[in-house]
Amino acid sequence: MPKLHFRYEVDGDDFTRAGEASSKLKQSLKQLGLSPQLVRRAAIAMYEGEINMVAHADGGVIDVDIDTVAITIVMKDTGKGIEDIGQAMKEGFSTASEEVRQMGFGAGMGLPNMKKHSDYMKVDSEVGVGTTVTMKISIADE
Amino acid sequence: MTIGEIAKLINAEVLTGEGLLSKNVLTACGADLMSDVLAFIKNQSVLITGLTNAQTVRTSEMMDIVCIVIVRGKQPAAGMLELAEESGIAVLSTSYSMYTTCGILYDKGLSGGERILA
Repeated sequence: MPKLHFRYEVDGDDFTRAGEASSKLKQSLKQLGLSPQLVRRAAIAMYEGEINMVAHADGGVIDVDIDTVAITIVMKDTGKGIEDIGQAMKEGFSTASEEVRQMGFGAGMGLPNMKKHSDYMKVDSEVGVGTTVTMKISIADE
Repeated sequence: MTIGEIAKLINAEVLTGEGLLSKNVLTACGADLMSDVLAFIKNQSVLITGLTNAQTVRTSEMMDIVCIVIVRGKQPAAGMLELAEESGIAVLSTSYSMYTTCGILYDKGLSGGERILA
């Protein structure tokens, strides 16, 4: 498979549109003929991140690189940042708004679930500067 | 069980996805918390829920869910049906409650399937 790169801009203003980028990635991965399990893992991991981008930052940019080894998803925002990454990684911890909760999110499962569905995840964040989440989902193990 | 049979059993209105009624489904889940659907559900193809927003469809799309059943006769929020149609997901609406809807379908053989805990 040739090396591929996709870039998605995520709009931070409209929660109803959150997930468009993940939907597009899922379609592209399907077309590449990757296994449904792998496609779903990547889609879930990115979708959780995309929801976070809209819920906590003012949108952001997602870069996805695909080669024969892995799907690498880099999600970068210039939002308010995460004060305590260790705490944010704990299941059940959430700072989501009431609006986000009413949509069925904000249960404090997003980051833990992203970690669960990726083979590698790294969160870099600085308060007032933004957050970058890097995830790798291995293709080689298939 | 087909999506059409589900609609019949719970006396549901088909809001979108007429073309999907003959599709066979084996398992279902009931949830109002999309976070839980994303974290714990595996291989279920029907989502029974009281939520009616676009993210319910997006979440279903990520999880390969092919049919959403809205309970308590709620009407979908703006944009939900269009998105479902685009994503190839059927949306049904029943006046039964979540509990009763799940009970009827479970009783008729639609199981909860495999559930993976974190």
